[in-house]
Order: sequence, then structure tokens, then C-alpha cells
Amino acid sequence: MPLNISPARIWRERTYRYRLVAKRCKKCGRIIYPPRPACPACGSRELEDIELPRTGVVETYTIIYTVMDGFRDKAPLPIAIVRLDNGAKVLAPLTDIDPEEIRTGMRVEAVLRRIKRDGEHGLIAYGVAFRPALYEQRKQ
Amino acid sequence: MTRVYVAGVGMTKIGRHFDKGFLDLAAEAAFKAIDDAGGVEPEAVVVTNMMSSRLNEQDSLGAYIAAGLGLRHRPAFKVEAACGSGGAGVFNAYTMVRSGLFDAVLVVGVEKMTDYPTSTVTAALAQAADAEYELYYGASFTGLNALMMRYYMEKYGVSRDEMSEWPVMMHSNAVSNPYAQFRRKITKEDVAKSQVVADPIRLLDSSPIGDGSAAVLLVSEELAKKLPNKPEVYIAGAWMAVDTVELSNRDALDEIPAARIAAEKAYKMAGLGPRDIDVIEIHDAFTINGVMLLEELGFAPRGEAAKLLNEGRFHPGDKPTANPSGGLKARGHPVGTTGVYQVAEITMQLRGDFPGLRVDGAEAGLTTSMGGDGSSLTVHVLRHI
Repeated sequence: MPLNISPARIWRERTYRYRLVAKRCKKCGRIIYPPRPACPACGSRELEDIELPRTGVVETYTIIYTVMDGFRDKAPLPIAIVRLDNGAKVLAPLTDIDPEEIRTGMRVEAVLRRIKRDGEHGLIAYGVAFRPALYEQRKQ
Repeated sequence: MTRVYVAGVGMTKIGRHFDKGFLDLAAEAAFKAIDDAGGVEPEAVVVTNMMSSRLNEQDSLGAYIAAGLGLRHRPAFKVEAACGSGGAGVFNAYTMVRSGLFDAVLVVGVEKMTDYPTSTVTAALAQAADAEYELYYGASFTGLNALMMRYYMEKYGVSRDEMSEWPVMMHSNAVSNPYAQFRRKITKEDVAKSQVVADPIRLLDSSPIGDGSAAVLLVSEELAKKLPNKPEVYIAGAWMAVDTVELSNRDALDEIPAARIAAEKAYKMAGLGPRDIDVIEIHDAFTINGVMLLEELGFAPRGEAAKLLNEGRFHPGDKPTANPSGGLKARGHPVGTTGVYQVAEITMQLRGDFPGLRVDGAEAGLTTSMGGDGSSLTVHVLRHI
């Protein structure tokens, strides 16, 4: 995709994207990520911000070979749905791993990574990616 | 309360129409539908399309198409629900006629995809997903469907070989369909050897890029009675349901609840159940979509559709026969038009004049049009009078 990054657009999402802040429904307890103005489960507008845990497991994954414009240097690009330790699900790239070593159920931890560069102006967009849970292993 | 009849249908062959522009395609299908209905003049026009804004640099689509077809000075607008635009548009026209406000509404689906390179089209298609939290990370549309495919296969223990039966059957069904983009058979080995697009999705799991247009003319019962060619097919039930665009906020990765909800309502309106349906045209932009939808629509228990398919279920001769047109995989998928193709095809199946693989004696049929990877679902149940 021909990149045309809007700094304002990225700035608006900074808290939710970089710090993994989600919404929690005060009525039914559902965790909503990405955040939405109302709960998809019960429709309640009474939501509060919560910071998500940084570790979880790979619920499922894909390795994208035919990447979109802007991601040519990332191919093959592994993308996962990660189920975090509190049950919330997050879609994010997997990083620091050989695609062949990715397995469903493997433990991963969140890190901040460069996601893409704007082709024309070189503006860099960051985001959360997940890598194998190295820190957790070291602690054990 | 008026019954809504399908008085006319029209389709173009799907493929690379280098020589035909946006309006040429729309005119071919729309004029066929109007002529098929015996020349009924539409009181309103619903245009279904996904990508005209991005690919054709054309908005004002309702006016552009309607006035271009010589149908000025009446209501016309575009209905967009990504790849499910077609079904959503027919549903919209159905409600217009059903309301009693209109006696004749023309639905024209039109999509022109082949003027640009694949990477441009892929990026446009990816707009069906969440821009900020899916597209942002490079999750292509195929990639998102691949997440669902792996989850499904691992959870239910379904093999690559078993999944491949779907595209093999689609290509076989399309051989005799003159409107289909691909009219050649493939084997499971071909699928297994085809290029990996987004693991586990391979090229031959994926619907092609193509240009096309399909149209249906819906009329009220009152008007139907007056027509010289009495319409034989009516929409007995129709409903639409949406879900979160973003996969991470869904309840489960192996479910498409919006399909289940739309189908339950459409069945109830029609007074029919899955066992009564003779022929279906359902959304299979990717193999996983077709397999999962068979389950959500009540034709197979969860996790078992692929296995049943390999036992011969849903093949020509079975009830229901799935996608005798060849489906999105082989008939083709000019994204915003496909739901209109499906309604045109089922109408012809019930009338007995579908020019491809025919389901003889079919009395009831069903279509399912899907936008995104399960975010916009429309189900139509059609019956012969």
C-alpha cells in the first residue's frame, strides 16, 4: 500500500497502541482491544481503561508471503492473534523469531518495534510486536 | 405485506475485460435484467460496489450508474459492505419493495479490478479489515483469513488434503458455467503445490481478481401480477447481521455468528430450514470461508463440513448442492458484485434456466454474501412459486 502516514492519526492512538491499553466493560467484564466506544458483547457505554498484561500465548498465526506495499522488507511477515494472560486477544506481528519455529500455544511477550516507514517522507510508525518469552524464561 | 419477486436477472462473464469500462459492464448486466423482466422500468437503483472510490477514482456511484443507464430523476445510491456489498444491496432493495414504497427496484453490482497491478488491488481489498489495528501491522486480507483457517484446522484436526476438496469441487462445478472466470478442473495436488500466499492459505484456496457486473430487478407482488412474463421466483426470507470488523474483538475464531443470526432469521421468515434447501450459493473468497459457512448455515455440525465434503456431501446431486456456479473460487469474485451474482444464479436455478451446472427440480435456494472476514453477512432464501 502506498504509505501516506498521518502523524495526527498515529498520535491519537498512542496510548492504546504503544502501551497496550484496552477498555474493560464495567457491566459484563469484557475486555475490548482495540478499544471501542461501546462494548461489543453487551452494548454498555460504561467502559474503563486497563493496561493489558505483556505476556500470553500464540492463539493462532499466519506467515504472510504476499505482503502489501510498505512491508516488502518484512516478508515473510508473521502475524499472530495472541491470547494475553488475562484472556484478552491482540493481533500483532511476531518478531525476533525464525518463522519456521512459530508454534500455536508458544509463550510470547510484548516489545515495541518499528512497524513500517513512510516511503516518501521516511516517517516511522511504531507498534507492539510479540517475541518468544525470553524475559520470562530468564526469570525462572 | 407484499411478496418481493425477482422479475429479471443479468450477468456478465467474469474476467479481464480490458475493453470494457465501469459503465459498459454495468449496462450489459442491467439491460439484460430489465429485458429479462419484460422491460420493467426501475423506480430506484441500488448500486453495489466496494472499491470504486479507491480503484476507479469514482464516487457519486448511484447517480453515475443510474444516469448512465438512462435512469435519471429517481432515487439511486451505492451500498457498500466490502466483499459483502452485493448481498447487502439486494437486501436493501428487498426492504424498499417490501415496505410498499417501491414497486420495482434495480440492483446493479459492478466492480472493475483488473486495471491495476495485484499489489494495488490487494491493498484496496485490505480496507475490508480494521485500518488502525490490522492493516497498520501489515495483516493483509488473506492473512486474516489464514488466521481463521489455521485455528480451524488445528482445533478440529482437519488436514490440508481435506480442505482442498472445496476448491477442487468449485473448479469442477464451474466448467460448464459460461459466466465463470475459470472453467478448468484442478486436483488436490495442484492445490497443495500452489504458491503460499499467507500460510496456510495457498493460491488455489483464494478467489481470483476479476471484472464483472450482475443485476437483479426486484418487483412487488402487485406489479408481478401485471407483468406479461410472470416472475417465478420470490425472496421468501432475507436478513443481514454484522460483527466487529477486527478479529480480536470477536467471540471466537472458528465461528461466524453474524452468518448464523442472518440465516436463522431468513429461514424463519421463509418458514423453511436447512433441510428444505436444494441449492446454495455461498461466499468462499477463501476455502475456509466456504467450509465454515456450511456449518454456520446449519448444513454441517461444527468442525465436520470438510470431512462431509470429502464423503461426497454438497457435491452435484446432493441436497443442498453447494455453489453449482463454481463459487467465488472459480466463477469469480468481483468483490462488490458477488452477492448479486449469487441471487441471479439461484433465481435461474429455481426457474430451471441456469446455463451451467443445473440442480434439477430445485424449489428452494439460499445465498450468503460475506463482507470482511465475517463482519457483514447477508442471507437470502429464495423459492419457486
